[in-house]
Amino acid sequence: MFRYYLKLGVLSIRANPALSTLMVAAIAVGIGACMSIVTVRHVMSDNPVAHKNEVLYHVQLDNWNPDDPYEEPNEPPEQVTYLDATALHQAERAFRQTISFKTDRVIQPAGEDARPFQEEVRATTADFFAMFDVPFELGGGWDAAADQTEERVVVLSLEMNQRLFGGEDSVGRMLTMNNETYRVLGVLQEWMPMPKFYDLNNNPYEGAEEIYVPFSLAVTGKWYSSGNTSCWKSPDGGDFAAYLASECIWIQMWVELRSASEKDTYMQFLDDYVEEQKSLGRFPRELNNRLSTPAEWMVDREVIDDSVSVLLSLAVLFLVVCLLNTIGLLLAKVMRRTNDISLRRALGASKSALFSQYIIEAGMIGVAGGLAGIGMTWMGLRGIESVFSEYDFIAYLVSMDWTMIMGAVALAIVSALGAALYPTWRACSVSPATTLRIQ
Amino acid sequence: MDIGPIWRAMLKNKAGFVLIALQIAVTMTIMVNAFAIMQERANNVSRESGIDEANTFALVSVSFDEYDSEKMKVLIDEDLALIRGLPGVRNAVATNSFPLRQGGWSMALQLVPGTQTADAVGSAVYFVDEHGVDTFASNVIDGKNFTPEQVTWKPLDDNTWPAYGIITEALGKELFPGEQGSYVGKSFYINENDPVNIVGVVERLQAPWEGWSGVERSMLVPQRRSSEFQRYVIRAEPGYRDELMPQIEEMLANSNKDRLIRDVTTMDEVRKLAYLGDTAMIKILAFVVGMLTVITGLGIVGLASFNVSRRTRQIGIRRALGATKPAIVRYFMVENFIVSSVGLIIGGILSVALNIAMVEAFSLEPLAWYVIPIAMIALWTVGQAAVAGPARKASSISPAIATRSS
Repeated sequence: MFRYYLKLGVLSIRANPALSTLMVAAIAVGIGACMSIVTVRHVMSDNPVAHKNEVLYHVQLDNWNPDDPYEEPNEPPEQVTYLDATALHQAERAFRQTISFKTDRVIQPAGEDARPFQEEVRATTADFFAMFDVPFELGGGWDAAADQTEERVVVLSLEMNQRLFGGEDSVGRMLTMNNETYRVLGVLQEWMPMPKFYDLNNNPYEGAEEIYVPFSLAVTGKWYSSGNTSCWKSPDGGDFAAYLASECIWIQMWVELRSASEKDTYMQFLDDYVEEQKSLGRFPRELNNRLSTPAEWMVDREVIDDSVSVLLSLAVLFLVVCLLNTIGLLLAKVMRRTNDISLRRALGASKSALFSQYIIEAGMIGVAGGLAGIGMTWMGLRGIESVFSEYDFIAYLVSMDWTMIMGAVALAIVSALGAALYPTWRACSVSPATTLRIQ
Repeated sequence: MDIGPIWRAMLKNKAGFVLIALQIAVTMTIMVNAFAIMQERANNVSRESGIDEANTFALVSVSFDEYDSEKMKVLIDEDLALIRGLPGVRNAVATNSFPLRQGGWSMALQLVPGTQTADAVGSAVYFVDEHGVDTFASNVIDGKNFTPEQVTWKPLDDNTWPAYGIITEALGKELFPGEQGSYVGKSFYINENDPVNIVGVVERLQAPWEGWSGVERSMLVPQRRSSEFQRYVIRAEPGYRDELMPQIEEMLANSNKDRLIRDVTTMDEVRKLAYLGDTAMIKILAFVVGMLTVITGLGIVGLASFNVSRRTRQIGIRRALGATKPAIVRYFMVENFIVSSVGLIIGGILSVALNIAMVEAFSLEPLAWYVIPIAMIALWTVGQAAVAGPARKASSISPAIATRSS
């Protein structure tokens, strides 16, 4: 029977080509509008460390102004001071801990005609790579000892190794930055955390830094942060030492805690630390320490732009219009076939047989709409890419994966079946006699 | 044409008309809200930054030799002398940022010394010398520009701020609310305890962050900073910008090998990037509204055609009983007008409801009232245009049809 109904469906669809095209196109356009925005949102809200979401925590302490919270109503600052970052890092009370910030250096590639260029550099500590599961292609990161000895070492991204060393095994080779030489310790595999969860302060989609240097080197070299620095109280003096000793926040701190009890213990440790600092005259606000998982942190920092949410709500309404359109057209089609239906009913077709027949027909329109919808989604994403073409990260936000493709088809079929329910019900409730009577 | 019979006929086939009315209602909801957002974004984009955007460009010089502040001061002076000496350059300044750049320096200003309070007013800060006002094309509406004596190099180990400032009028209004008269000669505190005397007021100079609510608040500070990182803003004489850009880049790159020149950008590019989100949103929404109108229009055409073919016999009977062609056309037009009106009334309510929800959730600007009647007129027109074709087809049904059995 199923194949017979399929055949009937095809015949009925072909009987009204213009109308069927309109229905398929309406579903496809609605799906395309919805799914292209959903895709962008899906990429934007991705959690690159979802597999470690239960063990990684972003650390916040409230060292802010007693009269004015960092953010209303009572949010602690999103970064920590140098004083606190280093004290907490040295205490080593978490399973792993890392403190880091973004800065920049001028890279001077070897070779006579190679031109120097400026690059963003992440100054960080040894645990960074293990905590965030950063994959290495060659060599490895530095160990905790290098955090102390201030050895001049670097880790490069795959692209940077390609750019500087032509993709060769560069481990052990030397690299010059700001007229100082560094030894290459390791090269990463392709690593593109989107959003850049560990530092959401500037553009969350700018991608990871291409060069990693020990935190301690950056501090002794007096490299200022190229990310955000916020101060509620000005440093006592204009030099780097005053910057380090100030209440200015510019460092991102993360810890890895393997269990709820480790988390509780660490929270207690943070509270004790702040209490101790209070007795030294710092931390004038009430105790307000926070540990947030990567997922919580991204929600807290609102990595999804409001515009995307606005567009999503309009796109959903758009799909509603497209479906209302389809329901109306299907209904009209059914109404016009009232005669056939009552004839079939009079000849003994059961309601469920009619239901199967019309729902299969609608399902076919749904599948067609879904397939065309994938194309529409792809076009929608290309459209978004072209209007945002000046953003160099836009390509990452408009990439479709299989989840989204399957989602588009599923949404189309569900929508088409949903749209078909009422017209089909109307078809089934046509009585055998009424329409035949007027013939 | 009597509305009564048409209305009663519609009640016989409620579902079909309810669906169109709903479709029109939701279409209107999207249209109105999309239009409100487009209008808000368009207003953002049309704001002036205050600088002479058509003739201004900027570049960055990064020195990577071992840092020596005295050598840096010499280099900066040399650079500026070279740039200002070129024919076609109107003026140039070394500063930290410029309007629309999206990154910069902000400080809290207050009328009493001491730790920052909740009443402090945030302002963008541009560090400049006496060439800053002209380079930024600022119109000094009160007081005067900095004198060369007021401009100082920032000492390395001292954080005290210069005692002079030029503020925008918007900053003055925010700092001294309700006060009449000139802001010149008044003072405020920066960096907790450092007093600043206002020597001049400029009409307009935006902060670097276009998305900030205080975007019109900025101040010029007569201080030069000798860091390795220098941002030069250059204002060309009209027509000279494009030839000066590569010329100056080349000149600076060659004058000192221990630095690199990057980010050579025109203000046009800076503006484009700053408002990319807004312009993209306008384009996307315009496209959505266009598509939506097409789909709704085609839907109306499809349904009306159906109705016409379903009612072929009745139409034939009416024609046989003496109804004129225009009367048949009018029937479908009025029918569509009624459905549209019901839809648009529901749509008006839904539009306002969605707007309230969006204003609440995404802090958008509330809708301007006149958008609603505009959307109504637009959709009425679309509906009438869509139904016109099928209606004309209906009117051409021959009266003889009535005599045949269906």
